[in-house]
Amino acid sequence: MAKITYITSDNQSHTVEVQNGLTVMEGAVQNDIPGIDADCGGGMACATCHVYVKDDWFNKIPKKEDGEDDMLDMAFEPKTNSRLSCQIIVSDELDGLEVNIPSKQA
Amino acid sequence: MKKTDALIIGAGPTGLFTAHQLKLIGLDCEIVDNLDKIGGQCIELYPDKPIYDIPAVPECTGEELTNNLLNQLKPFDIKFHLSERVEEVKKEENNWLVKTSGGNSFLTPNVIIAGGVGSFEPRKFSPKECEKFENKSLFYLVKDKNIFNGKTVSIFGGGDSALDWAIELSKESHVNLIHRRDEFRGAQATVDKMHTLVKDGKINLFTKYQMANVHGEQTLESIDIKHDNDEIKNLKTEYVLGFFGLIMQLGPIANWGLNLNKKTIEVDTEKFETNQKGIYAVGDICNYPGKLKLILSGFHEGALAARACFKLARPDEKYRFEFTTTSTNLLKRLGKKE
Repeated sequence: MAKITYITSDNQSHTVEVQNGLTVMEGAVQNDIPGIDADCGGGMACATCHVYVKDDWFNKIPKKEDGEDDMLDMAFEPKTNSRLSCQIIVSDELDGLEVNIPSKQA
Repeated sequence: MKKTDALIIGAGPTGLFTAHQLKLIGLDCEIVDNLDKIGGQCIELYPDKPIYDIPAVPECTGEELTNNLLNQLKPFDIKFHLSERVEEVKKEENNWLVKTSGGNSFLTPNVIIAGGVGSFEPRKFSPKECEKFENKSLFYLVKDKNIFNGKTVSIFGGGDSALDWAIELSKESHVNLIHRRDEFRGAQATVDKMHTLVKDGKINLFTKYQMANVHGEQTLESIDIKHDNDEIKNLKTEYVLGFFGLIMQLGPIANWGLNLNKKTIEVDTEKFETNQKGIYAVGDICNYPGKLKLILSGFHEGALAARACFKLARPDEKYRFEFTTTSTNLLKRLGKKE
């Protein structure tokens, strides 16, 4: 279990508890946090669950695997700290993680 | 105006199998899809990715699945209307009048929405100002490459479309290629060819840059691109091309008076009918308690919606359930019996 904070582009902060094994994307969708579309349902095929991970966390969480950066090319306003939230799997180590949701997903 | 027993919106796996089920029970149908090819997300998003959870098919790619479904449709004559988006659905007595962007109209008692997560549209540049030049000097696809001859064209993207056009247009135009990182995801041979052209001074390559702004009154004059380190560069350019792939948009479906839940349409689980009689939703686009976004669920939903269509298309006949193993009627329709 990890407490994860999602910050929307209008600076609304939502902190929820997400079970280990779920993805950061699922944590947002199941808790009705706005701004994460996840059109493809977690298949790394659409880039609509794009988030920015705060710098100190970006280096702590498991690295991007093949293909994630390819999809991020298509995301709305990608930055160096962009991730697809469907590819970040929640574990105890992620307790306190903060992610920022872009103003749009496409 | 075309009359049909059922109109299917979406030529993905669910739409294709729904067509199979309609034809099998003796109804005719036509299919409209906004993409220029059959297969939906399977073809557009993951043609080469293997799928492992289609019943009785241990492993197949999106492309193989689509081809197998088309094979299964071979006994039937089904009209496809590709590169057309359904714009309008209106009630007309006991029928729905459906109009497409391609100028087709259909009169049908049954409309089956098998639209995935909506229609595929090109992903666009983020700065609002880009809209002003869209389809004039800023494009998301190339219709006539000759307009670029002798001009400066700035191409954005890191996939095959961006690379192929950068290479092609470098013959007759001044090409800037701009991408958000150093790595390109296009085919290796294409990436190598691009790098050779960069070395030869035929392509100006800018990596770790993204579109920041566009300038010009009537016509486009220049663009600002921004580096990861926030440095801004101004490039004189007459044309801009953006290749960021496709995104799914619900589009006009949102205006048809259906009960929506986020990007999905609420249906019952008996007929997969929406709140509008004779309009059904199947596959990823429908929602009901326990909904799974799996291809196999789409097949089941389509089979049931097809049976519901029968009642509205043949109000004076009674639908009789039959098996393909034994029914002479079905075997005839499948071309297996005279």
